[in-house]
Amino acid sequence: MIPRIYVPADSGALALGAEKVAKAIEKELKERGVEAKIVRNGSRGAYFLEPMVEVATAEGRVAYGPVKPSDVKSLFDSGFLKGGHHKRWLGAPDKIPFLAKQTRLTFARCGIIDPLSLDSYKSHGGLNGLHNAVAMAPADIVSQVTESGLRGRGGAGFPTGIKWKTVLDTKSDQKYIVCNADEGDSATFADRMIMEGDPFVLIEGMAIAGIATGATKGFVYIRSEYPHAVATMNKAVAIARKAGVLGANVLGSPNAFDMEIRVGAGAYVCGEETSLLNSLEGKRGVVRAKPPLPAIQGLFGQPTVINNVISLASVPIIMDKGAAYYKDFGMGRSRGTIPIQIAGNVKHGGLFETAFGLTLGEIVDEIGGGTASGRPVKAVQVGGPLGAYFPRALFDTPFDYEEFAKRDGLIGHAGITVFDDTADMMKQARFAMEFCAIESCGKCTPCRIGSTRGMEVLDKVAAGIEAEKNLALVTDLCNTMKFGSLCALGGFTPYPVMSSITHFPEDFKPAPTRVAAE
Amino acid sequence: MPMQPASTEIASRTAAIVNELKGLEGPLLPILHELQEEFGHVPQAALPVIADGLNLSRAEVHGVVTFYHDFRAQPAGRHVLKLCQAEACQSMGSEAVAAKVKQLLGIDFHETARDGSVTLEPVYCLGLCACSPSAMLDGEVIGRLDDEKIEEIVAEVRS
Repeated sequence: MIPRIYVPADSGALALGAEKVAKAIEKELKERGVEAKIVRNGSRGAYFLEPMVEVATAEGRVAYGPVKPSDVKSLFDSGFLKGGHHKRWLGAPDKIPFLAKQTRLTFARCGIIDPLSLDSYKSHGGLNGLHNAVAMAPADIVSQVTESGLRGRGGAGFPTGIKWKTVLDTKSDQKYIVCNADEGDSATFADRMIMEGDPFVLIEGMAIAGIATGATKGFVYIRSEYPHAVATMNKAVAIARKAGVLGANVLGSPNAFDMEIRVGAGAYVCGEETSLLNSLEGKRGVVRAKPPLPAIQGLFGQPTVINNVISLASVPIIMDKGAAYYKDFGMGRSRGTIPIQIAGNVKHGGLFETAFGLTLGEIVDEIGGGTASGRPVKAVQVGGPLGAYFPRALFDTPFDYEEFAKRDGLIGHAGITVFDDTADMMKQARFAMEFCAIESCGKCTPCRIGSTRGMEVLDKVAAGIEAEKNLALVTDLCNTMKFGSLCALGGFTPYPVMSSITHFPEDFKPAPTRVAAE
Repeated sequence: MPMQPASTEIASRTAAIVNELKGLEGPLLPILHELQEEFGHVPQAALPVIADGLNLSRAEVHGVVTFYHDFRAQPAGRHVLKLCQAEACQSMGSEAVAAKVKQLLGIDFHETARDGSVTLEPVYCLGLCACSPSAMLDGEVIGRLDDEKIEEIVAEVRS
C-alpha cells in the first residue's frame, strides 16, 4: 500500500505555512524516489499544533506538529512514514489531550478525511442520515430534529425543529433552505472549518432540511473573507450533484434538492438572517422587520429555513444515530454538543467540540492553557463582537444558553476571545461602538447614530470630561440601542460596552485619577 | 495608475456578464463580483448597463454597490493587503502590527501607495482567530504575524 501523508489545507493551517510544508514533502519524496500520496485534509482544530502533518501507518495515524518546512528533511530521516520518533512527534492524534477530551459529533470527520472524497465521507458514516431521511415522512424528520433539542448554533439558540415545522406547515410551490455561512464574529471559525474540512456534512444536512420541509432549492451564503471555503464548497456541490446526492432524485428517491454557493461582499450585518436574505436577493443588506418570519415569508417572499452552518451540519448525526443519542449530551435546555472556539491571546487555541456544561474557567484555563503571553487572564469575550466581556469572577459560569443569559452574556456562535492584563477595557468598549458604527446597515436610528455618539461619549470619559455624567449617558444610550434596534447589531452592542463598564470600572476612571491610583 | 478601459468596452463587457448571470435567482451580487473580478473595481459606467439588464433603477444599483465594503469604485493597487483588526487579533497586538505596516508602507488604511503597488485595508475577521494576528495578502492567508513576517510582506508588495 502506498503511504498516505496528511497535510491540512484548512485556512488556519495554510496561514501557518501548511502549503510550504506540503511542497517540501513533495520535493523530498521526489528526491528520495519514495512513493506516497499526499492528502490535503481539513484541520482537527488544534491550531497550536498546526501545521500538523499525519501519516497513516499499520498502527493507525501518527501526527507531527507544528511542522516547519525546515523540519521535513529530518522527518524523512527519522522514518516518519512509519511513525518514527522526531522532535515534532505527537503520537496518535486522537490521544493528544486537546483532541482526546472532546466529544466530536458534528466535527467527527473534520481533519480526518479527504474533504472532497465522497467515498471517504461515506466510509466514515456519511450519508447515513440522508439515507434514513429519504425513507421517512417529512413530519417525522422534523420531529426527530425537534426531539434532539438542537438549537440554532448561529447564536440565537432558537429550536431548529420548530423553525422547520413552520416551513413544513406553510403551503407554497417554492420553499428554500438558506445556510448562513456569513461567519463574521471575531473568535469564530467553526463554520469555516466544516466547509473546508467536511463540506459534505453541510450538503447532507441541507438536503435533509429540504426533504423535511418540502424545499427543493438551497443556498449557502459564504462571506467573501473565506475564499478557501467558497472553493471547497463549490467543488463539493459539483461532486455531490454528479453522485446523485443532489439533483432531481436525491439518493434515487423522488425528492428533488439542489443548491448553490453564493458569496457575500464584506458586510458584517449580512450575518443577520433577514439582511442575508436581502443580500441574496441582490439588495442592500438591510435588516427586515419581523414578522413576517422568514419561515413564512423569507427568500423572495417564500417560506425559508435559514440556519447556521453548524446547525445544519449537526442534523446528519441526529438522523443517523437518532434524537435521543444527540439529546443525551448537554445540560438543561442546551442539548447536544457545541464547538467552542478558543481564540485570541491563548496558549492552546482552536476548536473544542464538547457537550454543553463546561465552565468558562475550565475552557479558558484548563483547555486553553491560559494566555499565550503568559500574563494573567483579564477578560474573555464570549460570543463575538456583540458578546459580553467576562471577568475571572464569572469563570464559574457553565457553557449553556440560559446560564450565560442569566449573567448578562450570551454564548453566540461559541467563540471565546482571551485577553491578558494589558487589555484596556475602555478601549474595548469604544471599539464595540466603533465596529457597530462601521457595520450598521442604517435602518434603525439607535444603531446608526447611537454607535457614533457612543464613541464620542466614551472619548469624553477617556479624556476625563465629566466622567460620571458621561458614563450615565452611555448607560442610557445602551438601553436605547438595546430596545430600539431591530437586530442584534444595534441590540447587542451594549453587551460588550456595559459588561466592560460593570466588570472593569477601574478602566473607566478618568486618566488623571488612574495615574494617581497607580 | 493602471490603464482604464474605455467606457464602451466597459459597457459591452458588462452587458455580456449581465446576460450570462441574469438567469440566476438574485443575480446582482454575482454580477458585481464578476465585474470586480474583470475590472478590479465596479466602474461607474457599468451601473446603467446593469440597471437596464435587470430592470432596476440606477439608484437601486448604486445603493447596492455602495452598501458593501468589498466593491471598489476605483481600482486597487497591484497587491491588496488586509490586516485583521477584530477582537481576537486585538488581543494579540494587531494594533501595533497595523501601525508598523502603515509606517513601512507609508500609507494609512483605505489608501493605495503612490506607486500603485499596494492597497491597505482593515478587515474584521478572517476566521484565523486561533492564529492571531492575521492578514490576507492577495487572497492568501497569513497567521501569527511578527516582525519577520511583516517585513517579508512589505518586501513582497514592493517587489
